[in-house]
Amino acid sequence: MSSSAPRHHFDSLAQFLLIALLALGAVSLLLLALGISPATIAITLAKGSVLSWQKFGHVLSIFTPLLLASCGLLFTFRAGLWNIGVEGQVVLGAIAATTLLRQGSLGLPPGLVLCLAMLLAFVGGGLWGALAGWLKHRGGVNEIFGGLGLNFVAQGLILWLILGPWKRAGIASMSGTDMFARELWMFTPPGWRVAPAALAIALAALLFSALLLLSTRFGLRVRAVGINPLAARLFAINPARTALAAMILGGGFAGLAGGLQVAAVYHRLLPPISSGYGYLALLVVMLANSRVAPVAPICLLFAALAAGAIQLPIALQLDSALSGVIQGSCVLSALFVHGWRQRLKGAR
Amino acid sequence: MLELTNIEKRFGRLQALRGVCVSAREGTIHGLIGENGAGKSTLMKVLTGFVHMTGGEIRLRGNRVHPGGPRDAMALGIGMLYQEPLDFPQLSVLENFIAGQAAYAPTAARQRLARLAQDFSFHLRADDLVGDLTVGERQQLELLRLIDGGASVLILDEPTTGISAQQQEVLFAALRRLKATGATVLLVSHKLEEIDLLCDEVTVLRHGQVVARRSRPFDRDDLLQAMFDRLPEREGAAPKAATGPALLVFDRACAGSGRAALSGLSLTISGGEIVGLAGIDGSGQNTFLKLAGGLLEPTSGETRLEGEHSGAPRRPTLGVDTVYLPADRLAEGLFPQLSLREHHLLASPGRALLTPSAGLEETSRAIAVHGIKGEAQQPVQDLSGGNQQRLLLSLIPEKTRLILMENPTRGLDVHSARSTWKLLRRRLADQGAAIVFASPDLDEVMREASRILVFAANRVVLDIPAGEASSHILSRAITGQVDAPIAP
Amino acid sequence: MEISLATFLAAVAAMSAPVILAALGETLTEKAGVVNLSLDGAILLSAMAGFVVATSSASLPLGFAASALTGSLVAAVLAIIGVSLHQSQVAAGFALTFLCRDLAYFLGHPYARQQGPQLTTLPLPGLADLPFIGEVLFSHSLVVYASFLAIPCCLLFLHRSRWGLMLRCAGENPEACWARGIDPNRVRFAAVVAGGALVGLAGGAFSLAVKPGWGQPQGCEGIGWIALALVIFGGWKPLRVALGAYLFAALQLLGIHFQDAFPTVPAQIFQVAPFPLMIFTLILIHASRRRRGRLNRLLAGNAPKWLGRAYRRS
Repeated sequence: MSSSAPRHHFDSLAQFLLIALLALGAVSLLLLALGISPATIAITLAKGSVLSWQKFGHVLSIFTPLLLASCGLLFTFRAGLWNIGVEGQVVLGAIAATTLLRQGSLGLPPGLVLCLAMLLAFVGGGLWGALAGWLKHRGGVNEIFGGLGLNFVAQGLILWLILGPWKRAGIASMSGTDMFARELWMFTPPGWRVAPAALAIALAALLFSALLLLSTRFGLRVRAVGINPLAARLFAINPARTALAAMILGGGFAGLAGGLQVAAVYHRLLPPISSGYGYLALLVVMLANSRVAPVAPICLLFAALAAGAIQLPIALQLDSALSGVIQGSCVLSALFVHGWRQRLKGAR
Repeated sequence: MLELTNIEKRFGRLQALRGVCVSAREGTIHGLIGENGAGKSTLMKVLTGFVHMTGGEIRLRGNRVHPGGPRDAMALGIGMLYQEPLDFPQLSVLENFIAGQAAYAPTAARQRLARLAQDFSFHLRADDLVGDLTVGERQQLELLRLIDGGASVLILDEPTTGISAQQQEVLFAALRRLKATGATVLLVSHKLEEIDLLCDEVTVLRHGQVVARRSRPFDRDDLLQAMFDRLPEREGAAPKAATGPALLVFDRACAGSGRAALSGLSLTISGGEIVGLAGIDGSGQNTFLKLAGGLLEPTSGETRLEGEHSGAPRRPTLGVDTVYLPADRLAEGLFPQLSLREHHLLASPGRALLTPSAGLEETSRAIAVHGIKGEAQQPVQDLSGGNQQRLLLSLIPEKTRLILMENPTRGLDVHSARSTWKLLRRRLADQGAAIVFASPDLDEVMREASRILVFAANRVVLDIPAGEASSHILSRAITGQVDAPIAP
Repeated sequence: MEISLATFLAAVAAMSAPVILAALGETLTEKAGVVNLSLDGAILLSAMAGFVVATSSASLPLGFAASALTGSLVAAVLAIIGVSLHQSQVAAGFALTFLCRDLAYFLGHPYARQQGPQLTTLPLPGLADLPFIGEVLFSHSLVVYASFLAIPCCLLFLHRSRWGLMLRCAGENPEACWARGIDPNRVRFAAVVAGGALVGLAGGAFSLAVKPGWGQPQGCEGIGWIALALVIFGGWKPLRVALGAYLFAALQLLGIHFQDAFPTVPAQIFQVAPFPLMIFTLILIHASRRRRGRLNRLLAGNAPKWLGRAYRRS
């Protein structure tokens, strides 16, 4: 072990550099072909994300839900499940939290109401995840398509709520429900873009996930089922039950992300409440190869890209989707590099 | 004339073929015989280009040829009928017939198929789904396909396993017909009747080498001698017959279907026994193990574990009475990316929270006791096969009474195999457990078992204490020379 | 708003054309044993490419060619990773979906809401004047005729040609393919790229005919997922896959009409509803098929045996 560990780290580092080089190289070539200087883009992205405290606050506000959804996906990916339903789980969390928050404080301390709302968000997302797990286990529906169908249902549900029963006083509008009562806004210090409590919850979720996945019997079982369900039976592990537990936990964390979006960011429910962070989290966890340690740095990087890209239309009249292009290229490069290295290893 | 001269094949450290020479004339059926792992399959794969030889040469009609892949082999007119039909079950008979042909002419092909089928008295309907056919019919189709493709050298790998007696007759007639038309037929088999009925010449392989060549008429005892020569007779006294209480009872049990089926099983396995299952691969040994482990329900009759209320479903998992260790350890028994320590943690109950040192002590102890070359934190995919097997053994809890193993020393070198068996023996002595294992290696069965069951033609044809077994008795039973199954 | 049955059916035929093209492309891909999950992004990217090229060159044929080429290129990336390098086809497909979508928005940004060329309807002389049938079948744009033709062509290709047979063999049992002298990975690569071209045409059909123009959103988002679901639950049979596409288009159109009938229900609901409805209808059909029975056996379609698995020669 002593001799293999440093080499292993060196290998990971070399691989990481190779992936980054490949992805950035490809995107740079594309930009050059369009007559855009990659350096200008890099500077714009940096200015819009990390070069000022205010902008960095924006990065953190994206980082928070992204990290939560990614934590959730760690459970399902390690259990061998492609939980594409994560997007719907975020939405359901937001809806669940809103059911409570839109009632006002009900005479309870606002802190307690917020805590209850977050709990509801976790339960809502968890149930949505359990539904996809149940469809797979009982209905034989592949989790990709079950999850996808449930995403569309969640989208329909949120639209119906916003335009129907929860519509604004007077007019129904795509801009969302009425704002929650002021005391139910999660506290954000002046000049900040992110509620410290939300950030704390996300970091706590990361720690909790790391603990659960890396140093409990449950986490070990989840991983075992994901690696080899056949052998799991020999070890008296029930693969279906373990997978369902992973789906519930995964959905729960995604739901929490949705809950925080309504409680701490928008203070109301609006149709694009998930902002696609569920899908982005899929890319994060794929790039991390389902390992726990790289998740937080990748989330931070992706969040910085997403925040920085907002400057692109303003400064350079380019579409902000460039951040997604970079993120997707990273994942594709990673797959390519993995495959290439395996091929080289096989040839030797 | 097909001449194979000094063929060598090496897989890593393993020398699979050593200077093999075989020559077969046109218009003859040439038998290739030998026990499991003698190198027959590898030799045939060299001929069809599936694997590349590391030395030697192949001459066909005097020309030196080098089949680089199945496509080359086909062009040379070399065709092979695989033991497991290598076809497309979801496609029709006609589609299977034309798949791979250079020209696509279904109408003409349909006529050719009908004509060939008639010539060979095969009943094949062009529009049936291949998946609905019996193994024998699928074989017939493959044979016609190869002939239609112009194959003049035909290789058949154990063609009569799992097909009915009637289909066997039809197949034999077809082979004789092919012989008459001047084809060269290579028949890989272990059944001496077949050899007797069909072959003109026979080459016997053992441990990757040619040990005998014979021509008609054959002396069966002489062939048996060559196939199973130098079987080690037991060193020292045979293990004592069972002394412990009955553990597992089979009562007129039948199970499985098709070629893996087993019928009419009535026997009892007791504590302290090491039962070796012998026979040609796929004669029902694995069905027996699965039945014993409760992974398969008997279709009639029953199997019961004594001392447990019958009827309750049994799962052969770590931690209960029975454990079943699959042959493909990495694919079915272990988690390749998890470490030895993590396997120990998964196998033993304990606290929910795992500290970095949890299980480390137990794992280190197991590593020492079981002589595993590896470290507690190493992923098991880095271990050698022998160490993976010893790891699995180290995971079996003390209270396990019945250990079922498919090919326990598969892929292990001699030294590893020995140490694995030493461990198993120790466990047996300590706990009064019973071990049932299937092995394609007759040497191993002879050496390690205290009782031997021989499987052939979907039955147990011989059930004797190891002390009474001799290589002569066993080899006769394995090659189907026992007239009636031994009554329990 | 009252409309005649003929008008409704004609609209169904028109709306379903790109879905059919995409779903048939994916059928070819999956028959060869490869899952291309990148459809949703690939359609969008090729829609953008088709629109941009057609607008810049003022040539519709060039636009469609660009769409098809884009679809093939995306598929080729998937094939390199999933077929040649034996990596997870699902992972590559997901990553490509998101990459292509964002690439489409990024590259298409300067062309958003521009006026571009658009395929006009081309009533077939003589046939278009037939009562009822003329309106339903013969008063469309070329894209719709192409979708009509694609169904029998796909069937004929798969079941009546050497290439189609090889393709199915590669998805069924690559090892047996190899034993017959066919390199299954080469066949798979070709099938993925060819299927990608059809997917690309579907994108072009959106931006140049069915929902002409480019913008964010374009209006074809989500269709790729529907096409993927159609293939699986249509049992990998071109005819049933196409029927599913018609059903989906009918649902979408009914949604628009129900909008008028139920003014109290928000319109957006009717726009979203066909998607979950379709997926869960398909799931239900699929689930009921697991029971045995003659009708079910007739309906059953079997997944290609090696679907989603890389083939590595031992």
